[in-house]
Amino acid sequence: MREVELKMIERAKQLLESGEVARVIGWKKGEFCYDPSPACFESVEELKDFVYDWFCGANLSKYLIEMAKKEGKTAVFLKPCDTYSFNQLVKEHRIKRENVHVIAVECLGKLDIEKMKARGASFVSAVEVNGDEVKAVSPAGETTFAKADVLLGKCCVCNKTHQVKDEEIILHERAEKDVDRFAEVAALEAMTEDERFAFWKSQLSKCIRCNACRNVCPACSCIKCVFDNPASGISAKANDSEFEEQMFHIIRAFHVAGRCTDCGECSRVCPQNIPLHLLNRKFIKDIDSFYGEYQAGETAEGKTPLTSYTEGDLEAGDVFKGEAK
Amino acid sequence: MLKIAKENLNALYAAISAKMPLIMPIKRAGQVNYGPWSESEEASIETLKTVKSPKDAFFPQSENMMKFKTDGKVLEVIDVRKAEQPFVLFGVKACDYKAIEVLDKVFLADPVDTYYKAKREAGIVITLACSKPEESCFCSVFGVDAAAPAGDVSTWLDGEYLYWQANTEKGEALTADLSALFAEGGEDAVAAQQSATRAIMQALPYAALDLSRFKPENLNDLFNDGAWTELSEACLGCGTCTFVCPTCQCFDIRDFKTSEGVLRYRCWDSCMYSDFTLMAHGNSRNTQMQRFRQRFMHKLVYFPSQNDGMYSCVGCGRCVNKCPQNLNIVKVIKTLGGKKND
Repeated sequence: MREVELKMIERAKQLLESGEVARVIGWKKGEFCYDPSPACFESVEELKDFVYDWFCGANLSKYLIEMAKKEGKTAVFLKPCDTYSFNQLVKEHRIKRENVHVIAVECLGKLDIEKMKARGASFVSAVEVNGDEVKAVSPAGETTFAKADVLLGKCCVCNKTHQVKDEEIILHERAEKDVDRFAEVAALEAMTEDERFAFWKSQLSKCIRCNACRNVCPACSCIKCVFDNPASGISAKANDSEFEEQMFHIIRAFHVAGRCTDCGECSRVCPQNIPLHLLNRKFIKDIDSFYGEYQAGETAEGKTPLTSYTEGDLEAGDVFKGEAK
Repeated sequence: MLKIAKENLNALYAAISAKMPLIMPIKRAGQVNYGPWSESEEASIETLKTVKSPKDAFFPQSENMMKFKTDGKVLEVIDVRKAEQPFVLFGVKACDYKAIEVLDKVFLADPVDTYYKAKREAGIVITLACSKPEESCFCSVFGVDAAAPAGDVSTWLDGEYLYWQANTEKGEALTADLSALFAEGGEDAVAAQQSATRAIMQALPYAALDLSRFKPENLNDLFNDGAWTELSEACLGCGTCTFVCPTCQCFDIRDFKTSEGVLRYRCWDSCMYSDFTLMAHGNSRNTQMQRFRQRFMHKLVYFPSQNDGMYSCVGCGRCVNKCPQNLNIVKVIKTLGGKKND
């Protein structure tokens, strides 16, 4: 990973020095080995804090909505999953493609420090990844984990590949995972209605309405969210009843249906670990089965199933009668 | 000092709960938050950090205040409050207890917030000393001793016993009611745990945070510091830091039209939200940098300048663990305090 990081820094340096770009979007070091933050680098000097490691899970695409409006070109390092969000934002005219220089970077999955802490590692000062094993180094010694156990949730089922790039820094190819990303959705579908209701009630009742899921979501790019707008009549800062949260999250899932790329940021950022991605993934699964396979963000052009009409489209009644193909 | 064997804790919870509601760390759907204990709930007393702090017990995330009814030109104001019944808040860590003292400064100062005061007076707070502080903890920086929490009753937990010491009249009265459950003793075990915990605290990575620049006389310098732009650039403008914070106290008041008149309620608000400062004339904070700066200036400069130097951060570290993009008050203190990690 260090090799990749050095190449990225070197490339960022060239781009800034030559004046080809005015800024580079990447990640900067935190206080520990596991808390980098997204960052904008405008000078070679600032690159001393640049980092690309096993904890750079954040999706940088949404930052481009603002960054790419600035004077001069913006370079950005995008992981495979981030490129889908990027394409989708270009498609929705939220980012001008010509203002951005996309550098595709390799990603072998990103790690979740909370999962390591929950499995007994504390004061982690470094991690080493060897194939399917992750070794966490701390003053108390070393702890070894199976990589699959400590990956970010969104990385566990990811087989995404770069969908857009102007150049790439890829030193290691990622092996295709033999996983079904709809397995969790299928498990929910297999529940009885009561069980499913109880599941979502227990999960969504934890919501503290912090809006982190919405604010991080690349598909939630409204300039003013209806839930923030005092003139909308439905603005809400707190949940009115124990389970009112369902409305917010379900409405949000409907709003991003057909546009959600399954980047998984909603679940990554939720302070209460609500598996919000399952709502979106259910819609993706349904869209696949009702309209044919579709992956949002694969391209920045073309028609989408929910925004274009064909005569063969499913009628709402078919869905309710369970006669969908 | 009194003690009760760890395996009898459920009996203790049941005995308290038979007298009055018991609010304590409860695990639900994988996460631990304060909630009402019952036989069917999973108590999780050993969790170091609940996701939300216990402040909901006194300052709920949303709370009804009053109702209005109109009959012609007559306006009737109806108080919707019921008399607060005594309750026990159990398992409060030293940092979170200190945070309640911060909230007291806000809500019990003139003009007294009677909603808060009624709950504060009804609550009996049982604190629990920490024995396993983690790397995001920095309460010692704000003068908190994680090994000696205050409260109506202080408790310590080791592998065998919960040790119990009443500190106030309220605490003594509760202890007397529960006396059949306790045995005497535990001073040595508590002292040993305290020195072990203090040794851990001293060696924590954030133990030496330097607050010396955060003084009222540096207000303008800090406010105008160029570092705020970089510090805040990744901020999503969500309310995670605010809502997991034990000291954040800002709220919004709204009226809600119901079939039986108008209901006025209040709910937590966040200075990180774009409309926090929206007024009739417009908005005085139009960038996320300004909102971000406000949150930390309030905790580290404005609040202490109005409250005899008391910071409104207690070093619980929840924002350190929970910020989606890993921004937090420690990074602010280190950057503006001039001692950034290299």
